[in-house]
Amino acid sequence: MRIFSLYLYEQKFIMARPKTLRKVVKPPGFKGYKPYGHQHAQTKCVELLYEEYEAIKLADYDLMTHQQASEVMGISRATFARIYERARRKMAEALVEVKEIKAVYGHALLDKSWLICHNCNARFTIPETIRNRNCPVCKSFNVEALK
Amino acid sequence: MKTLITSTTSTPEGPFDKRFGRAAWFCVLDEKTGESTFIKNENAEGQSGIGTKTAEKVVELGVGKVISGDFGPKAKKLLDKFGVQMVIINEDLKVIDIINRIKG
Repeated sequence: MRIFSLYLYEQKFIMARPKTLRKVVKPPGFKGYKPYGHQHAQTKCVELLYEEYEAIKLADYDLMTHQQASEVMGISRATFARIYERARRKMAEALVEVKEIKAVYGHALLDKSWLICHNCNARFTIPETIRNRNCPVCKSFNVEALK
Repeated sequence: MKTLITSTTSTPEGPFDKRFGRAAWFCVLDEKTGESTFIKNENAEGQSGIGTKTAEKVVELGVGKVISGDFGPKAKKLLDKFGVQMVIINEDLKVIDIINRIKG
Protein backbone atom coordinates (compact mmCIF):
# COMPACT_ATOMS: atom_id res chain seq x y z
CA MET A 1 0.00 0.00 0.00
CA ARG A 2 2.78 2.35 0.92
CA ILE A 3 4.63 1.62 -2.30
CA PHE A 4 1.46 2.14 -4.27
CA SER A 5 0.82 5.52 -2.71
CA LEU A 6 4.42 6.50 -3.39
CA TYR A 7 3.91 5.54 -7.00
CA LEU A 8 0.83 7.74 -7.19
CA TYR A 9 2.76 10.56 -5.57
CA GLU A 10 5.44 10.36 -8.21
CA GLN A 11 2.90 10.25 -10.99
CA LYS A 12 1.26 13.38 -9.71
CA PHE A 13 4.44 15.40 -9.36
CA ILE A 14 6.18 14.41 -12.52
CA MET A 15 7.62 17.91 -12.87
CA ALA A 16 11.35 18.18 -12.12
CA ARG A 17 12.40 19.70 -8.86
CA PRO A 18 13.04 23.45 -9.25
CA LYS A 19 16.68 24.42 -9.37
CA THR A 20 18.22 26.34 -6.50
CA LEU A 21 19.56 29.66 -7.66
CA ARG A 22 23.32 29.66 -7.91
CA LYS A 23 24.93 32.61 -6.20
CA VAL A 24 27.22 34.63 -8.42
CA VAL A 25 29.30 37.23 -6.61
CA LYS A 26 30.09 39.30 -9.68
CA PRO A 27 28.82 38.78 -13.23
CA PRO A 28 31.43 38.34 -15.97
CA GLY A 29 33.02 41.59 -17.10
CA PHE A 30 32.30 40.78 -20.73
CA LYS A 31 29.29 40.09 -22.90
CA GLY A 32 31.18 37.60 -25.03
CA TYR A 33 34.37 36.57 -26.82
CA LYS A 34 34.86 36.32 -30.57
CA PRO A 35 37.57 34.35 -32.36
CA TYR A 36 39.63 36.26 -34.92
CA GLY A 37 41.86 35.26 -37.82
CA HIS A 38 39.83 32.19 -38.65
CA GLN A 39 39.19 30.93 -42.18
CA HIS A 40 35.51 30.19 -42.15
CA ALA A 41 33.26 32.56 -40.33
CA GLN A 42 31.18 30.62 -37.82
CA THR A 43 27.86 32.09 -36.94
CA LYS A 44 27.18 29.64 -34.13
CA CYS A 45 28.05 30.51 -30.58
CA VAL A 46 28.46 28.83 -27.22
CA GLU A 47 26.33 30.17 -24.40
CA LEU A 48 28.32 30.34 -21.19
CA LEU A 49 25.99 30.83 -18.24
CA TYR A 50 26.88 33.17 -15.39
CA GLU A 51 27.07 30.30 -12.94
CA GLU A 52 29.43 28.43 -15.26
CA TYR A 53 31.66 31.46 -15.51
CA GLU A 54 31.58 31.74 -11.72
CA ALA A 55 32.47 28.04 -11.36
CA ILE A 56 35.55 28.45 -13.58
CA LYS A 57 36.52 31.61 -11.74
CA LEU A 58 36.26 30.06 -8.27
CA ALA A 59 37.96 26.77 -9.14
CA ASP A 60 40.66 27.87 -11.59
CA TYR A 61 41.27 31.53 -10.84
CA ASP A 62 40.67 31.77 -7.10
CA LEU A 63 42.01 28.19 -6.78
CA MET A 64 39.33 27.04 -4.36
CA THR A 65 38.47 23.41 -3.77
CA HIS A 66 35.14 22.28 -5.16
CA GLN A 67 33.81 22.04 -1.60
CA GLN A 68 34.67 25.64 -0.78
CA ALA A 69 33.43 26.91 -4.14
CA SER A 70 30.12 25.07 -3.80
CA GLU A 71 29.58 26.71 -0.41
CA VAL A 72 30.22 30.14 -1.91
CA MET A 73 27.65 29.48 -4.63
CA GLY A 74 25.12 27.99 -2.22
CA ILE A 75 24.86 24.62 -3.96
CA SER A 76 26.04 21.09 -3.22
CA ARG A 77 29.53 19.94 -4.17
CA ALA A 78 28.12 17.51 -6.72
CA THR A 79 26.08 20.23 -8.42
CA PHE A 80 29.11 22.47 -8.46
CA ALA A 81 31.15 19.71 -10.10
CA ARG A 82 28.50 19.30 -12.79
CA ILE A 83 28.34 23.03 -13.52
CA TYR A 84 32.14 23.24 -13.58
CA GLU A 85 32.43 20.31 -15.96
CA ARG A 86 29.81 21.77 -18.28
CA ALA A 87 31.67 25.09 -18.23
CA ARG A 88 34.99 23.44 -19.16
CA ARG A 89 33.36 21.51 -21.97
CA LYS A 90 31.75 24.63 -23.35
CA MET A 91 35.07 26.48 -23.30
CA ALA A 92 36.77 23.56 -25.06
CA GLU A 93 33.99 23.41 -27.63
CA ALA A 94 34.35 27.11 -28.36
CA LEU A 95 38.13 26.83 -28.79
CA VAL A 96 38.14 23.71 -30.95
CA GLU A 97 35.15 24.52 -33.10
CA VAL A 98 36.08 28.24 -33.41
CA LYS A 99 32.88 29.46 -31.87
CA GLU A 100 31.96 32.71 -30.27
CA ILE A 101 31.34 32.66 -26.50
CA LYS A 102 28.37 34.56 -25.17
CA ALA A 103 27.74 35.28 -21.51
CA VAL A 104 24.12 34.41 -20.71
CA TYR A 105 22.29 35.05 -17.46
CA GLY A 106 21.33 31.41 -16.75
CA HIS A 107 20.10 30.30 -13.36
CA ALA A 108 22.10 32.71 -11.29
CA LEU A 109 21.40 35.11 -8.50
CA LEU A 110 23.41 38.29 -8.51
CA ASP A 111 22.45 40.70 -5.85
CA LYS A 112 20.48 40.45 -2.64
CA SER A 113 18.53 43.62 -3.38
CA TRP A 114 16.68 42.06 -6.31
CA LEU A 115 13.27 40.45 -6.16
CA ILE A 116 11.55 38.27 -8.71
CA CYS A 117 7.84 38.22 -9.56
CA HIS A 118 6.62 34.67 -10.17
CA ASN A 119 3.62 35.98 -12.09
CA CYS A 120 5.34 37.91 -14.90
CA ASN A 121 9.00 36.92 -14.32
CA ALA A 122 10.13 40.53 -13.96
CA ARG A 123 13.06 41.20 -11.66
CA PHE A 124 13.03 44.45 -9.71
CA THR A 125 14.52 46.43 -6.85
CA ILE A 126 12.64 48.14 -4.06
CA PRO A 127 14.24 51.46 -3.13
CA GLU A 128 13.56 53.12 0.21
CA THR A 129 11.06 55.51 -1.35
CA ILE A 130 8.64 52.71 -2.19
CA ARG A 131 6.48 51.22 0.53
CA ASN A 132 4.60 48.30 -0.98
CA ARG A 133 6.41 45.08 -1.81
CA ASN A 134 4.39 43.95 -4.80
CA CYS A 135 5.49 43.61 -8.42
CA PRO A 136 5.79 47.05 -10.08
CA VAL A 137 4.62 45.65 -13.43
CA CYS A 138 1.70 43.30 -12.80
CA LYS A 139 0.98 44.37 -9.18
CA SER A 140 1.07 40.73 -8.07
CA PHE A 141 2.18 39.91 -4.54
CA ASN A 142 3.61 36.57 -5.71
CA VAL A 143 7.16 37.91 -5.34
CA GLU A 144 10.24 36.41 -3.75
CA ALA A 145 13.58 37.86 -2.73
CA LEU A 146 16.48 36.35 -4.57
CA LYS A 147 18.47 35.09 -1.65
CA MET B 1 4.31 58.24 -10.24
CA LYS B 2 6.04 58.33 -13.59
CA THR B 3 7.45 55.22 -15.22
CA LEU B 4 10.11 55.18 -17.90
CA ILE B 5 10.21 52.36 -20.45
CA THR B 6 13.11 52.06 -22.88
CA SER B 7 11.89 51.83 -26.47
CA THR B 8 13.42 51.31 -29.91
CA THR B 9 10.87 53.51 -31.70
CA SER B 10 8.73 56.53 -30.90
CA THR B 11 5.44 54.62 -30.98
CA PRO B 12 3.88 52.33 -28.36
CA GLU B 13 3.58 49.60 -31.02
CA GLY B 14 7.36 49.41 -31.42
CA PRO B 15 9.45 46.80 -29.60
CA PHE B 16 10.78 47.61 -26.16
CA ASP B 17 14.57 48.17 -25.95
CA LYS B 18 16.44 45.83 -23.64
CA ARG B 19 19.35 48.24 -23.36
CA PHE B 20 19.15 51.10 -20.91
CA GLY B 21 21.65 53.79 -21.95
CA ARG B 22 21.65 52.94 -25.65
CA ALA B 23 17.90 52.84 -26.07
CA ALA B 24 16.82 55.15 -28.90
CA TRP B 25 13.67 56.44 -27.22
CA PHE B 26 12.20 56.63 -23.76
CA CYS B 27 8.51 56.24 -23.13
CA VAL B 28 7.45 58.16 -20.04
CA LEU B 29 4.17 56.87 -18.68
CA ASP B 30 2.23 58.80 -16.09
CA GLU B 31 0.41 56.17 -14.07
CA LYS B 32 -2.12 58.65 -12.68
CA THR B 33 -3.36 59.99 -16.00
CA GLY B 34 -2.35 57.02 -18.15
CA GLU B 35 -0.70 59.32 -20.68
CA SER B 36 2.55 58.32 -22.33
CA THR B 37 5.03 60.65 -23.99
CA PHE B 38 8.10 59.74 -25.99
CA ILE B 39 11.44 61.42 -25.47
CA LYS B 40 14.43 60.93 -27.76
CA ASN B 41 17.61 59.73 -26.11
CA GLU B 42 20.35 62.15 -27.19
CA ASN B 43 23.06 60.08 -25.53
CA ALA B 44 22.34 56.86 -27.42
CA GLU B 45 25.18 57.31 -29.91
CA GLY B 46 27.80 58.59 -27.47
CA GLN B 47 31.13 56.94 -26.78
CA SER B 48 31.24 56.33 -23.04
CA GLY B 49 29.58 57.12 -19.75
CA ILE B 50 26.17 56.68 -21.32
CA GLY B 51 24.68 54.72 -18.46
CA THR B 52 25.59 57.50 -16.05
CA LYS B 53 24.26 60.25 -18.35
CA THR B 54 21.03 58.41 -18.93
CA ALA B 55 20.59 57.73 -15.22
CA GLU B 56 21.08 61.46 -14.56
CA LYS B 57 18.44 62.24 -17.17
CA VAL B 58 16.06 59.79 -15.51
CA VAL B 59 16.51 61.57 -12.19
CA GLU B 60 15.99 64.94 -13.93
CA LEU B 61 12.71 63.74 -15.41
CA GLY B 62 11.48 62.85 -11.94
CA VAL B 63 10.82 59.25 -12.86
CA GLY B 64 10.22 56.79 -10.01
CA LYS B 65 10.50 53.55 -11.93
CA VAL B 66 12.58 52.44 -14.91
CA ILE B 67 11.80 49.38 -17.01
CA SER B 68 14.54 47.98 -19.21
CA GLY B 69 16.28 44.71 -20.08
CA ASP B 70 19.52 45.30 -18.21
CA PHE B 71 21.34 47.98 -16.22
CA GLY B 72 25.07 48.57 -16.21
CA PRO B 73 26.92 48.73 -12.88
CA LYS B 74 27.31 52.54 -12.93
CA ALA B 75 23.71 53.21 -13.90
CA LYS B 76 22.49 50.79 -11.25
CA LYS B 77 24.56 52.48 -8.56
CA LEU B 78 23.26 55.92 -9.48
CA LEU B 79 19.64 54.84 -9.73
CA ASP B 80 19.97 53.04 -6.39
CA LYS B 81 21.34 56.21 -4.84
CA PHE B 82 18.44 58.33 -6.07
CA GLY B 83 15.85 55.77 -5.01
CA VAL B 84 14.65 54.93 -8.51
CA GLN B 85 13.08 51.52 -8.81
CA MET B 86 14.62 49.32 -11.50
CA VAL B 87 12.68 46.60 -13.29
CA ILE B 88 14.28 44.05 -15.58
CA ILE B 89 12.12 42.31 -18.16
CA ASN B 90 13.82 39.66 -20.23
CA GLU B 91 11.03 38.94 -22.70
CA ASP B 92 10.65 40.36 -26.21
CA LEU B 93 7.67 42.63 -25.72
CA LYS B 94 6.22 45.72 -27.32
CA VAL B 95 6.06 48.94 -25.29
CA ILE B 96 2.27 48.79 -25.40
CA ASP B 97 2.33 45.28 -23.84
CA ILE B 98 4.27 46.58 -20.86
CA ILE B 99 1.97 49.62 -20.53
CA ASN B 100 -1.02 47.29 -20.54
CA ARG B 101 0.58 45.08 -17.88
CA ILE B 102 1.15 48.09 -15.64
CA LYS B 103 -2.37 49.36 -16.16
CA GLY B 104 -3.60 45.82 -15.45
